[in-house]
Amino acid sequence: MAKSSKPILWLPFAAGGMASALVTPALIMVTGLLVPLGLMHLSYEKMAAFAHNPIGKLILLGVVALPAWHAAHRMRTTAHDLGLGAGPGVKLVCYGSAWLMILLSVFALLMI
Amino acid sequence: MSRRPYVRQIERSWWLSRRRYFVYMMREATCLFIALYSALLTDGLLRLSQGPEAWDSYVAAISSTPGVLFQLVCLGFAAFHSVTWFAVTPKAMPLVVKGEPVPPKAIIGAHFALWAVVSLIVFIAAGI
Amino acid sequence: MSDTITLEVLRYHPETDSEPHFQTYTVPYRDDWVVLDALNHIKDHLDATLSYRWSCHMAVCGSCGMMINGEPKLGCHAFLRDYKGSVIKIEPLDHFPIERDLVIVQDSFMEKLSSVKPYIIEDKPKPLEEGENLQTPGQLKVFKQYTQCINCLLCYAACPQTALNDSFVGPAALALAHRYNLDSRDCGKDQRAEVVASNEGIWECTFVGACSEVCPKHVDPAAAIQQTKLSASVDWFKALLLPGEKK
Repeated sequence: MAKSSKPILWLPFAAGGMASALVTPALIMVTGLLVPLGLMHLSYEKMAAFAHNPIGKLILLGVVALPAWHAAHRMRTTAHDLGLGAGPGVKLVCYGSAWLMILLSVFALLMI
Repeated sequence: MSRRPYVRQIERSWWLSRRRYFVYMMREATCLFIALYSALLTDGLLRLSQGPEAWDSYVAAISSTPGVLFQLVCLGFAAFHSVTWFAVTPKAMPLVVKGEPVPPKAIIGAHFALWAVVSLIVFIAAGI
Repeated sequence: MSDTITLEVLRYHPETDSEPHFQTYTVPYRDDWVVLDALNHIKDHLDATLSYRWSCHMAVCGSCGMMINGEPKLGCHAFLRDYKGSVIKIEPLDHFPIERDLVIVQDSFMEKLSSVKPYIIEDKPKPLEEGENLQTPGQLKVFKQYTQCINCLLCYAACPQTALNDSFVGPAALALAHRYNLDSRDCGKDQRAEVVASNEGIWECTFVGACSEVCPKHVDPAAAIQQTKLSASVDWFKALLLPGEKK
């Protein structure tokens, strides 16, 4: 047995767990209820202005990336719980999907 | 007398065998919907980078009936994640103040209060 | 007319049985009896071939762990009156091989327990002239609850990860490691980390929390493991970013 390098996966998982616990429900209420009901308006101008700001970019990236990583790590361990194994295929699908979302978000934010 | 230990195999449906395991699996399942919502947000950022028309069609999509229904399911699981996450914070981060342990309910309560504050900030930021 | 209660007990005699099977017994019902009393009645009056571990009959020795209606419990800690009116199903503790009847093979646990070095490790030997280790009540309070483990293995029976992975060090062993890591007299956290912070140690745990729910001594191994995950992660990043720093 040797000391595991799991911390590199786990600390972001824990951070993402806290971030998604605090932020995600309110975000879903905005995009899934308040905007569709017309009680809030996310205009292009307002969103683009927010995303132009470097702090705005960081916030938007954090709000996507941290929960995505949290979810990816949890999906990997749940796959093991469900008997789907812990092989390279599982890891690729789980962490790969998170990395894809993170990279696409970085790309999009750099383009704005 | 020879020994022949008998090994009982665990079933794939072990998490259905008792209520506490089922609740655990539901807690873990929240991650699927958090991931799907993150994908929805990623799509939003990409559309935002493509200009006003792309953004407006994204807003129309998330405001559509299937879009709203999907997000409501995500909301249910996201809220369940929040509640179960805060519930275990006293175990992961026990606090001792002036030699006395802080009661778990206080730690959990503080997280719920933080949740309310952060949610308010999100609403205000989105509403401006 | 006296009250009775029915028990279904899993039997397994390796010399004659290819597989375990249930055997039904009817025992007297007494309000103040526990499941262990019922088993002792079976052994004394009905079937002397039934094998099971027990000793103190007061939930301090940890010997009589078993599955009672699918829940890991101490036989001396489960009152018949809580099962009145139904059949009580008794099986050996989950996630361990069955040696004979209700007796499980616990060798793997004994190895795991000793692998976490459950003893005070000093950074340098202390001569007798320096006197004893001093510890304040406050320092004791920090780790006291983790000293309460009676090695009953109910936590291993409750934990699905011990079933999914044979080599998982497990809740009790990791809680005991935490007990020593928190002890002000100890300097052995790094030595223990080889096992504790390995893939088969804390990182196999997914915080199901069942272990803490079934623990008869309220040790809370789940909390011990989550706290160890945090401290092990901090140590790992410290070692990565500040390699020369002495701990």
